[in-house]
Amino acid sequence: MEAFIFYAFFAMAIGGAIGVVISKSPVGSLLFMVTTLFAISGEFVLLEAHFLAAVQVIVYAGAIMVLFMFVIMLLNLGHEYQQDLRIGVMSIGWIAAVSVMAGVLGWRLRGDSGLSASATGAMEIQAALEQYGAVGAIARPLYTTYVVPFEITGILLLVAIVGALVLAKRNA
Amino acid sequence: MMIEQTLVLSAALFIIGTFGVLVRRNAIIMFLCIELQLNAVNVAFVAFSNLVGIDGQVFVFFVMTVAAAEAAVGLAIIISIFRHYQTVDVDNFNLLKW
Repeated sequence: MEAFIFYAFFAMAIGGAIGVVISKSPVGSLLFMVTTLFAISGEFVLLEAHFLAAVQVIVYAGAIMVLFMFVIMLLNLGHEYQQDLRIGVMSIGWIAAVSVMAGVLGWRLRGDSGLSASATGAMEIQAALEQYGAVGAIARPLYTTYVVPFEITGILLLVAIVGALVLAKRNA
Repeated sequence: MMIEQTLVLSAALFIIGTFGVLVRRNAIIMFLCIELQLNAVNVAFVAFSNLVGIDGQVFVFFVMTVAAAEAAVGLAIIISIFRHYQTVDVDNFNLLKW
């Protein structure tokens, strides 16, 4: 059952990603992107990242994609479609994509690499989830080991806000 | 726990995202494809957090923050470019091209 859900979300994520690239209108691309993000959040749940799954839906599929949608509406795109594919790059892109994917699948099909068997982190995460809950399990390392990067992230967000205001202001 | 399959998903998403950045010329769709690449990396981080502990999930948290900041600044740049050229087709702004 878990495998079935995993592969359902797998197909949804890949299909949505292909839709983002081949969709003709920017709005269509955006909706495919939301599908992909939702499917990825489903995979997060299966991989014991419950809090990240919630954040993925709220922040990514909610906030960031709505920001994109606002910009598309603001620029009034998506009415007349103009062909925007770089045909010259396309053949190189196909060769690169197919060869890399063949390499990955070759690694996968060569046999069991033993990654899942040595999943010691899964036990650790399970224990943290049971002891502190879904939010506490990730909040504990975030506010102890990684507290300096966390504060720097706050400064980064402040810089981003100021930068976006300066750039988007008329007569800047 | 399907770690290898998740890594395959991550690789596939990253390849599709890179392909989109290279092939499309609409700046907004290129931007969406960059977000796709960031998400592919997030998937890999979560998969590896099942191998080495919860640190991977903390990194995903940071990646999401950086992605939000990047989206805000990038979309502001796209808007100011649109004001100058009345288009978001990247072939039209090649001022900084070597």
